[in-house]
Amino acid sequence: MSETPVYTRPETLTDRPMAYCPGCGHGIAQTLLAGIIDELKIRERIVGVAPVGCAVETYNYLDIDMSEAAHGRAPAVATGIKRARPDLVVFGYQGDGDLASIGLAEIMHAANRGENYTTIFINNTIYGMTGGQMAPTTLPRQKTQTTPLGRDPETTGHPMRMCEIMATLDSPCLIARTATDSVANIRKTRALMLKAFRYQMEGRGFSFIEILSACPTYWRLSPKDSMDYIGQTLVPVFPCRIFRDRGAES
Amino acid sequence: MSERVLMNGNEAVGEGAIRGGCDCYFGYPITPQNELTAYMAVHMPRHERVFVQAESEVAAINMVYGAAGAGARAMTSSSSPGVSLKQEGMSYIAGAGLPMVIVNVQRGGPGLGNIDPAQGDYFQAVKGGGHGDYRLLVLAPASVQEMHDFTAEAFDLADRYRNPVMILADGRLGQMMEPLTLRTREPERVEKTWALTGKRGRAQNIVRSYFSVEGVLEKNNLALQEKYRRIAEAETRADCYRMDDAELALVAYGTCARLAKAVARACRADGLRVGVLRPVTLWPWPTEILRSHLDRLKQVLVVEMSAGQMVEDVRLAVEGAVPVHFHGRMGGGVPSVTGIRAKADEIMGRISR
Ligand SMILES: Cc1ncc(C[n+]2csc(CCOP(=O)(O)OP(=O)(O)O)c2C)c(N)n1
Repeated sequence: MSETPVYTRPETLTDRPMAYCPGCGHGIAQTLLAGIIDELKIRERIVGVAPVGCAVETYNYLDIDMSEAAHGRAPAVATGIKRARPDLVVFGYQGDGDLASIGLAEIMHAANRGENYTTIFINNTIYGMTGGQMAPTTLPRQKTQTTPLGRDPETTGHPMRMCEIMATLDSPCLIARTATDSVANIRKTRALMLKAFRYQMEGRGFSFIEILSACPTYWRLSPKDSMDYIGQTLVPVFPCRIFRDRGAES
Repeated sequence: MSERVLMNGNEAVGEGAIRGGCDCYFGYPITPQNELTAYMAVHMPRHERVFVQAESEVAAINMVYGAAGAGARAMTSSSSPGVSLKQEGMSYIAGAGLPMVIVNVQRGGPGLGNIDPAQGDYFQAVKGGGHGDYRLLVLAPASVQEMHDFTAEAFDLADRYRNPVMILADGRLGQMMEPLTLRTREPERVEKTWALTGKRGRAQNIVRSYFSVEGVLEKNNLALQEKYRRIAEAETRADCYRMDDAELALVAYGTCARLAKAVARACRADGLRVGVLRPVTLWPWPTEILRSHLDRLKQVLVVEMSAGQMVEDVRLAVEGAVPVHFHGRMGGGVPSVTGIRAKADEIMGRISR
């Protein structure tokens, strides 16, 4: 006997239409966030930090207290909020240019201090907001506005795997990479995000969830082909797995 | 209750911050302000307050931004090269209307410069530093006592106007020891209904400086400018020494103001009508206070540890009514009393001719 699940609109989600492009991964991740905030009943004590990038106006979609942060500085801003008010639940939401390029120092040191907040890292292998330039996560040979012939690893380096780099640090309690390219993976992503917030609320420290997300506009693919691209092309470079789970170890 | 102690200027800033109700301090080592970070490392935890050594000045200022956004009284400190790194954050803080306190114990520049006292960051402090149209309220202490008092008061000013306040000191003020009186003071508490405290029983609060809807950013700017007018009206301060009958005004702040006062005293002993106007707020600049003396003044001499930065504001204030001269040293050089006196004599020689 199977029951049909009924999905309702999360209360935390505002009814403003999202300004994201069709098929964009930000919409999926933020809808998941809204549902998790409802489920944990933390809407009255959560504060989010928005990045500079396509998700800067996340506060238009999540009806919670939020702060903007300068490009890449969300981890420092989240540190300030959480240190000032440890009773709040805090998350940083960052893109790959924001987190892995300009804000690399801030994310590594927030992680290394074990700051008790949650990072949602949207890896779409590109700078969306500025028109599709190369990011540190851009794949070899991927064409972008600033790698018109495709990314040449000889001169521009290889894609940076943030979970793997993060896992060299002792402090983080949860490090995982996931994707939102199928219903099953969206469910897995939700479970991991939920766990990250639970860990924070238990005081376990820094948690890091990397989400492989589609950018159909600057991948020059249809939304559907973008989903296939994630599984076929991104996942072999960025394996989806749990790199650390202190809760499961203990 | 008050207590008489001997401290250096950097420590006095630290104790002033604690007495001013500073909840969170975020710092990064740099000479000549390390005693301040060290003081906070010891004393903030003792008061069960937050101390974090950040990974950079960039991180430190953004931690301040986060803590201030969450409603805390937050502070950072640095010296010139580090303050340059904080400029991005200062612009965001000003744009978002966050109260905070930043201390610059200036050293020689440009570049890595040296660790000796200087006043070369005046333009950065007073004219902007970061991008966009914004102002810091800038206080210039000239003694260890003022390092303490101004820092404590800065938190009240910041909260009152939801504006960043800078203490612009220099390496000499930071390093020198003087006796001072520590006073218990009740911080002026304002309700921060705008702060990020969790959306409970109210609409969401957003700390932001990004306004993508047409016209909204201009409105935000106009509101900032209106606030700056209110600050200028209520908070402009200067300290005058024997300006009432002065024919020559020495205009100087911080360390140079102390030297100027010594020169003025010696000139007076020789029967010369010399006074000192010391701006206490560098922004807002005490333009009207200087103008109120223009009917008697014959000359103005500005003394700075720079190539002449504040002198531009003095010239704007007097609008050509009297000649404005300059004497200064740079790169860690401190003007001497004899050097300033020689310049003053030269100027007054011109008066008598
Ligand atoms: C200091 C600074 N440098 C550059 C920019 C321009 N900028 C805005 S968003 C962005 C990149 C965003 O890319 P990413 O973090 O990958 O997020 P996405 O837009 O793809 O979600 C850049 C470079 C800026 N706003 N500030």
